[in-house]
Formats: sequence, structure tokens, C-alpha cells
Amino acid sequence: MKKSAFFGTIAAATFAAGFAAAGTLEDVQAAGELKCGVTTGLAGFALADANGVWDGFDVAVCRAVAAAVLGDGNAVKFVPTTGKTRFTALASGEIDLLARNTTWTFSRDVDLKFEFVGVNYYDGQGFMAPKALGVSSAKDLDGATVCIQTGTTTELNLADFFRSNNISYEPVPIETNAEAQAQYLAGACDVFTTDASGLASTRATFENPDDHIVLPEIVSKEPLGPLVRHGDNNWGDIARWTLNALITAEELGVTSANVAEHTANAGNNPEVNRLLGTEGDLGGMLGLDKQWASRAIAVNGNYGEIFEKNIGVNTPIGIARGLNASWTNGGLIYSAPFR
Amino acid sequence: MTAIPDPSKQGFKFSQLLYDTRYRSMTIQIVSLIAILLFFGWLISNTAANLATLGKPIQFKFLGEPSNYDINQRLLDYTSRDTHLRAGLMGLINTLVLALMGCVTATILGVAIGVLRLSKNWLVARVMTLYIELFRNIPVLLWIIIVFSIMIETMPRPNQFRSGEAAMKLFDSVAITNRGVYIPEPLFNGGLGDIFLLGESSLRFGLSLDLIAILIVLFVGLFISKKIKTNADFIQNETGVRPTTWWKRLSIVILPIVITLWALGFHLGYPELKGFNFKGGIYLRNSLIALWIALSLYTAAFIAENVRSGIQAVAKGQSEAAYALGISPGRTMSLIILPQALRIIIPPVISQFLNLTKNSSLAIAVGYMDLTGTLMGITLNQTGRELETVLMGMAIYLIISLAISTVMNWYNNSVKLVER
Amino acid sequence: MADLSFVRKEIIPQRAAPLSQTGIIGWFRKNMFSDIPNTILTIIVGYFIISILGNILPWVFSPTWNSVSLTECRGILAELGRSGHGGGGACWGVIRERWLQLLFGFYPSELYWRPILAFVLLGLALAPVLFDKASRKLIYLTAIYPFLCFWLIWGGSIWFPVTVFSGFIVAYLGYVYVNKAFGSLAGVIASIALPVLWWLFITSPLSISLHSIMPIGSEAIESDRLGGFMLAVLIGVTGIALSLPIGILLALGRQSNLPILKAVCVCFIEFIRGVPLITLLFVASTLLNIFLPPGSNFDLILRVMIMVTLFASAYMAEVVRGGLAALPKGQYEAADSLGLDYWKAQRLIIMPQALKISIPGIVSTFIGLFKDTTLVSIIGLLDPLGLSTNIRADMAWNGILWELYGFVGLIFFIFCFSMSRYSMYLERKLATGH
Repeated sequence: MKKSAFFGTIAAATFAAGFAAAGTLEDVQAAGELKCGVTTGLAGFALADANGVWDGFDVAVCRAVAAAVLGDGNAVKFVPTTGKTRFTALASGEIDLLARNTTWTFSRDVDLKFEFVGVNYYDGQGFMAPKALGVSSAKDLDGATVCIQTGTTTELNLADFFRSNNISYEPVPIETNAEAQAQYLAGACDVFTTDASGLASTRATFENPDDHIVLPEIVSKEPLGPLVRHGDNNWGDIARWTLNALITAEELGVTSANVAEHTANAGNNPEVNRLLGTEGDLGGMLGLDKQWASRAIAVNGNYGEIFEKNIGVNTPIGIARGLNASWTNGGLIYSAPFR
Repeated sequence: MTAIPDPSKQGFKFSQLLYDTRYRSMTIQIVSLIAILLFFGWLISNTAANLATLGKPIQFKFLGEPSNYDINQRLLDYTSRDTHLRAGLMGLINTLVLALMGCVTATILGVAIGVLRLSKNWLVARVMTLYIELFRNIPVLLWIIIVFSIMIETMPRPNQFRSGEAAMKLFDSVAITNRGVYIPEPLFNGGLGDIFLLGESSLRFGLSLDLIAILIVLFVGLFISKKIKTNADFIQNETGVRPTTWWKRLSIVILPIVITLWALGFHLGYPELKGFNFKGGIYLRNSLIALWIALSLYTAAFIAENVRSGIQAVAKGQSEAAYALGISPGRTMSLIILPQALRIIIPPVISQFLNLTKNSSLAIAVGYMDLTGTLMGITLNQTGRELETVLMGMAIYLIISLAISTVMNWYNNSVKLVER
Repeated sequence: MADLSFVRKEIIPQRAAPLSQTGIIGWFRKNMFSDIPNTILTIIVGYFIISILGNILPWVFSPTWNSVSLTECRGILAELGRSGHGGGGACWGVIRERWLQLLFGFYPSELYWRPILAFVLLGLALAPVLFDKASRKLIYLTAIYPFLCFWLIWGGSIWFPVTVFSGFIVAYLGYVYVNKAFGSLAGVIASIALPVLWWLFITSPLSISLHSIMPIGSEAIESDRLGGFMLAVLIGVTGIALSLPIGILLALGRQSNLPILKAVCVCFIEFIRGVPLITLLFVASTLLNIFLPPGSNFDLILRVMIMVTLFASAYMAEVVRGGLAALPKGQYEAADSLGLDYWKAQRLIIMPQALKISIPGIVSTFIGLFKDTTLVSIIGLLDPLGLSTNIRADMAWNGILWELYGFVGLIFFIFCFSMSRYSMYLERKLATGH
């Protein structure tokens, strides 16, 4: 039926092979769109609505990078990836950027040859249990059945935690979050474990969220962040500094509402001026134009705005800033200076 | 006289490679062989180039490293400190267990439904047709998910047993929960213990000496029983009178086993509700149950069709002859029709067994830890070795498939009608 | 003495059969209660049917068509005083809201006419293949249909499918002219080599330049917007259409007496048939990019189509081989005795008959393949099952289950059941034996 597409793509691939040596930035600009890997669906982080429009915390990072590079926050092709396919998709060039709550670990960085460009969410693995179960600590869970979402670091942390505390458990591995949720609600497992952010997101979608508690133990460190392939440092820089621009914008009080004004008229704050390109040429050093960061901020606002809009306390997800507050407010979100 | 020149004396011409039928097939083969080798060479060189760019040369060292994850259904001892290789082995065993259980029940169900579909009873025949159409025309993945969801949504939770909302079945020996089914397990008081083979390696395994003892007794019993039968046949041939042997044959098989079981202190261990879950007994997880039921029902629909067409392919004269001899319909089916139909039925049923085994890889949809769940699932995710794990997985499935078809073809040849 | 002997002079009129043997009662007695085992069987089966229907029907008939979320739907049912498993009734609102998505995925709604047209044209294009009464002229539509369909679904410049299609014209012209000039074998080689060169080096620049001269086209649709049943049909039809020619070649290779060729075909067929489809899909999703030249980049749907085609060709090869084996040997001998060469014999005598015999097998391979397209949900494509997961992640419909599975199952059943009926019709039509 579609011989044409098949041969056509082979032909296109043959030609593309000639340009493969060029950098990711050139590829993205030539294609006119950023291919961004996201989850297949996690409320608040990345979810397609009925019209196929993606929205969420991770999606906002993709849109910011697209705006910085291409000038259009909608010039993104979202590629839904599973835990299994995400790294190959990135390694093989199917996507240019992976923003899919992925934990920054040594082996992923060094052995799998990826470059984590920063941390956009400090997370940790937690447990959620129905209140009726009457447990107050994860250490009470001896013999419990635990639902785990596979394809993440979760099952490793879980094995380590139960092993080091010398308690037994029955793991129930589940492929998708929706399925895990269904099983947990039906009582096919006693507790559900995943990243605390995921737990909050899942709990928010329950009919009666108050019937469930998140246990106090956080059994792992999960710094989540976007990542790119090893070997293209310029592209890595663009992704890293776009994320930093969002974070710095929050520190400096640049928001989606006032970014246009700040960009049009240079103010007194030299760092704001450098960030928004009214002074110096930081964009040029990245191979972009002067207003790259201004556009990135304009799409979805600064880091704080993105957080509040997608997963903050006023959304159904309802996550407090906590560790993810700006360092000026006692959190860990900290950007290297634009200088 | 004109001499006809002998073509072979002309010497070999290059064009003969193309136009002489003696050489042409050779030429075509060599050209296609070269093309295929070039194609594979191209694939391999691409792979090598890509892997070099990614900095991930092919190596299987990860198989010897600790897996760091737990597997719920493990038929051999396994902890998260064991290697990825052992985790893969657990997966392989789970695949084989599922495939075996599925094949047995699918065959029984399939034969029953195929025969019932030809029943004279209008209602039964229609219901069986409906069953077959329903299962053949809806994807097996959907069936697996549906059965799994039914298990989870409609069966009682373990804590409902405590509050008395649900009760154990069959004299308190079987507990059906939404986490799976607990059935009694055989235990031995004065058991012989296990022997462990292959030391500490990743492929180590233990064998239950109790089980071996019972199997030996069973086989010896069956062997003697066979001897008795041969002897009876002999006497019948000689004298025309067949001695009554059924009680001898039955007792020679059953009595020794009963004695062995008694000697080993056989008793059943019943599941009991303790803490969050039932403890004791054999725990059939709902992922296993869902796959088992769904794959059996699905494959049974196909086997039933094979059985039906096999039965209908037996010439009508056969059954008419049987009725003319006054043989009852039930015995006609079991003595005349089925043995003949079997020869037609077996080959397609073999391929259904193969399909069932391959479909068992859909276990990943419900989190059953089979080969796709361990080696091609968590191990792949954790080590990032897609090429090695997926190729190993495919090779293992290929070996299983070839083994099943070899065994089954051998069986098929042994029952095949020897034609003139 | 009176003569007591009695001789009846007239025939007594036929009496009606006893009431127990005729009419509805007789039918029931004969078909359902003829003897004791039969009666028991009837009672058991009847009990099953009644208990299943008794559970399902009240659930199905549920006035929740207009609800916009699960909570609202549960509210409606609670007002009616219904409760129980699944809230006492189905929440059909999710189907009303999402059925278009389940059918078309994220395809832009104002362009739904394109896949619908492609589907209708598929029916027309298949007509000459499926029904012998259809007009023969439709075969031209069948020939250009793949390109038309590609253009309808993906959109973009019309010149691309046109230039790719002209590759076949190049092949034909190459065959005709080279055949005349250098002989038949050279003709065959030219007919293979020329279009490949055409596709590799001319198609893409030519279509781009033609498009810049005369921009005709429609709005291009990204593959990631394809989903739902449209994706399932697309993968299924592509798989079958492409696998048929490959399958025929493989079957011929396996039957041929050239040992190397035969070995290669056997290895390929047995390898593909020996591994589960899901592992091939893993190859598509994780490995195919590693096997291809650095920098080449197919999108996932295309990679899946490639693997599904390879998968289906192995099964198709076995179906065709069955057809070849079923042909009486006399047909081959007749072809030989007429002095036809191998290809002519295949084209004129063997294949038409062998394919005719294998049509039911081809249809059932297609049904199997169509059902197997659900596996792509495991590698993250949004087929009907993948979309169900996606819909269940939506906050409004969190916890919905049976309605979606029921809908998806029903559509699959309608598709597959009608195809299997068609295959039975063919089987009857083609039965030329006793």
C-alpha cells in the first residue's frame, strides 16, 4: 500500500546520510521542528488532550527549547516513548531531546553515553497506600504486594530498600501508569510506588484523594532532567542554557507577562539585559540569535510559572515547591549565572 | 555429409553463463548469494559504525553482573543479587510453564468445543459457534487484558476474607483473590530433600528428590502394567480368552505410589491469611491466571475449528458404517471418527501450539515476568543493551519454536497413515 | 353367522403428526431435549447464557450517553439507585466523547474526509480482486491506489507519490526497450535496476523541483497524528499488500530446485515464523535504526510497517506454498509440455490457480495480522488499545475500563467477522470438487 513512503524514505535517508555529520542544531533548523521525546501520558508532566495537543511540565521544556532554536514554541514534534524505547530513541537520533522525567544516574550518563543538561525536578521515590490499610511507614510493609511501574529506576530502588531493611515483598511490575493506578485502586496491590511527583499526580486523579496517604519515606534521590546525546556539545549547551534561562528568569523576576517589555527596553539590571539579549551577545555564542532566551521564556513563562501552571498547588496535581523552590527561597533550583 | 558441430567442443563462452540452462541456475544462485552476503555485510557494517558512534561495542559482560531487581514468580531460587543471566533464566522458565499450561488446557477445551460444535443439540451448537467466532475475531491482547481486568475488578481482596465478606472455596483449601489464586501445595514430612546442581553458577538448579522418587515409582508401575497387558494379549492370541487384568494393572500403578507418598510423609499445605496476603500454598498470580485463561480460550477456538474440519473430513461412510454395526454415537466418535480425524487435526494443532507459545510473549501487557519481561524488559532497560538482549531473546524463542515443531513433527510422523 | 372379516375399502386420511413431534414443541424436543445427556447439556448451557446476559444487559442499558466525566456518570446512576460492579451501569459518555479519537487518533478533525475517502477507495480498489463481478476497469484504480492512499493520509506535495509511481513506468519501459535490444535476461535486470536507481537518485530532487514549478498538494499530516483504528487498518493493509508479492517470491524460492536460494528462503521463513511478533516490534522500535546507515531516520510507524511486512511475508509464503502444493502435478507437467519457460508457466498456469486456492488462507492471514496490530500499543504507538490507556489517564475518565474495551472489541469483531464470512463465501464459491 505504501511502497511510496518506504522507498521515498529510503531515498530521503540516503540523502540525509550526507548531512548526518552536521550538528543537531543545524538538523533541527533544517527540519524546522524539534523532535522531543515525552512519556506516553502522565497528567501534569506530559499528556495529549482530545485534539492531540501536548501539555505539561516536561512538554514546556521542549517548547522552550523549540522557541529558542526555531522561534516557535509549537514547532515541536512530540514522540511518545516508553521506558524501553526512550534511550534508543535518543541514541538513534529519532529524537533530539528527551524530556521524560528521567533520573540522572551515573550509568546513564557515562555508560549509556547521554548528557543530562540539568535538573528540572528534584524527586524521590515514595509509597502511596490507602488510609484504610493502617500503615504509617514503609517499614511496616513486610509481606505487602507492591505495584511498580517498570522501565524506571524504581524497581532497583525498591529491591535495595526492602533488601537493606530485610523485609519481604511481592512486586507487581506494570507497564503504564494508568494500569498501575487501576490495579492499585482495585486493591490488587497494597501500595503503589513511583517517584513522589508521579504519586502526587496519580493521587490527584483519584475520586477520593483523601483516602490515600503518601508514606513519609523517600527511598531514593531522583534528580529528573532533560537529556541529549553525548558528543554534540553545542546542542547540549543550548538545551542546558535554555533550562537555565527559565530558572534564572524566575530568580530575576522575568515572567511571560513582562518579558516582551524587558526585551524591548533594556533595564538597569545587567544580568536581565544579558539574558534577554539587550546587552552583549550570549545567543551568538550558542549559534542562536540575541532574543533566544526571551522567546523561550515567552512561550510558557519562567520556571516558577511553568511549575505552578502544570503541577503547582493550585492544579489538581497539587505539588508544593518544596525542594524545587528557587534557591533564593530555600530550594535546590539554582542556575549558573549568565555572564 | 554435414557434420553437426558438437557444442561442447566449442569451448566455454562467457555468454553460456546466461543462456545455457546448465550454467544459468548456478549463475543466478551465485549472483543472489553474493547479493545476500553484500546485504548482510551492509547491515553489519552499519551496525558496527552505529555502535562505534554510540560507544557501545557488543559485549555480554552485563549478563554476569547483578540484576538488582526482584522477580515475583520464581521457580528456582533467585534474589536481586543474582545475575542478569539468572534473571533471564527465571523468565525463560516462566515462559515455558505458561506455554505448557496453556497448550494442555487449550487442547482439552478445543477438542471438547470442536466436538460440541457438531452436536445435534441446536442450542449447544450455536453457543459453541458464537464462542468460536467471538474469540477468533477479537485480538488476543484484548482478551488477555479483559480477563486480567475481570480478575482484578471482580474478585475479592485479601482483606475481605478477614472481614468475612469473602470465603475460601472447596473446604477452605482454595482462596480466589484479586491478586491471584492460592491452592494447596504438596508437602513432605519425611522428605528426601533437594539436590543442588551446578554449584553457585547462574544456571544452578535444585531437584526435589521426592518428586524424582515418585516419578520413578510411577514409571516402573506403568512399565509393569504394560508388561501385564502384553502378556494378556499373548494369552488372548494363544487361547482366545482374555484374562481379566484391569485390577492388576490399576493396582500395580496406584498402590506403590500411595505407599511412597505415605513413606515420604505427604500432606497438603493450605493457604492462610497472614498480614497483607495469604501465605502458604501455591500462589498462582493473577497475571499468570489471566494469561493462562485468555491464551487457552483464544487458542481453543482455533483448535476447535481444526477439530471440526478434521472430523468433517472423515468420510461420511465411516460413521454410517459404524451406525450400521450398531455402535453408539459416543463410541463411534471416540473409536472410529476421532482416530481418523486425528491425523488431519494434528499438523494445524501443532502450529496452534507454536502460536500459543509465541503469544505468551504478550505477558508483558499484564506484568507476568516471562522472557520478554525479564531479559527483553527490565534487563534491557537497566543495562541499555538493546542489541544483545533482543537478539538473545529472539534466539531463545526461535530455539523453543524449532524444538516444539521438531518434537511434534516426530510425533505426527509416528501416527501418520503409511500409504502405499 | 355374520361375516366378521373386515376389509377396509378406502384409504384413511393421513393424520397429523402427534403434537409432540411437530411445531415448536417438536422442534425443541428434537433439537434440544432428544435424550437425557442432551437435556442436561441444554439446561447447563441455557443457565450459562441466562446468567451472563442477566449480568451484562442491565449494565449495557445505561442512560449515561451524555455524561462528560466518570463522576457525573456515577452520579446519574446513583440517582437511579443503581450500584454494583462498574458503578451499576456503563458510562457511555466516554465513547460519545472519544469515539472519533478511537477511530482516527489525533488526525485533524476537519480532514477526516481524507482517511474516510481512502477507506472507501480501498473498498473500490479491492473489488476487482475480491469479487469477479466487479468491473475490470477498476484494476487501474487498484494499481494507483497505494500512492493515492499515501497521498490522502499523509498529504503534502502530490509530486512525490507521482514520481515514485513513475518508477514503475520506468521499470516497464526499461524492460521493453532493453529486452528488444539485449535479450530477456538483460531486460529483467534492467527492469529491477532502473527503478531502484530512479527511486534512489531521481525521485526526491525531481519531486522537489516539480513541486516548486507547480505546487499542487494538500496539508501534510505528521505520522504521530495517526492513531486508532485508522492506524490498525493502515498497518494491516500495508502489511498484506506488500507481503503478498514478497510471499509469492519466497514460496517460489522455497519450492525451487536451486539449493542456495532454497536454503535462504527456508531460513528466512522459519526465522520469522519462529519468533513472536512482539520481538520483531522491539527490533523496529529499538534496533532498526542501528542496522541502517548512520543518520537515516524513519519514523516509528514506518519502521513498524517494515517489520510487519517482513512478518506477514513469511506467513504469506507458507499460505502460497500450500496453494502450490495443492495443485495437481499434471498442471506443472502440462505447462512444461507446452514449452513454457519457468516464469511464463508460473504467470499463466501455476500462480492463477495456486493463488485462487490460497485466497481463504490469505484472508485469514490478514485477519490475524489485523488483530496483531494491537501489539503496537506495547511499543508506544496509539492504536485503539494504546488510546484506551491514554484516555484512562485523563482525569475525567480515570477508572473507566469496560466501556472502552467493549467498544474496541466490538469494532474489531465487526471487521474480522465480516472478513471471515467473506472468506467462507469464497471457499464455497471456489469449491469445484464434489
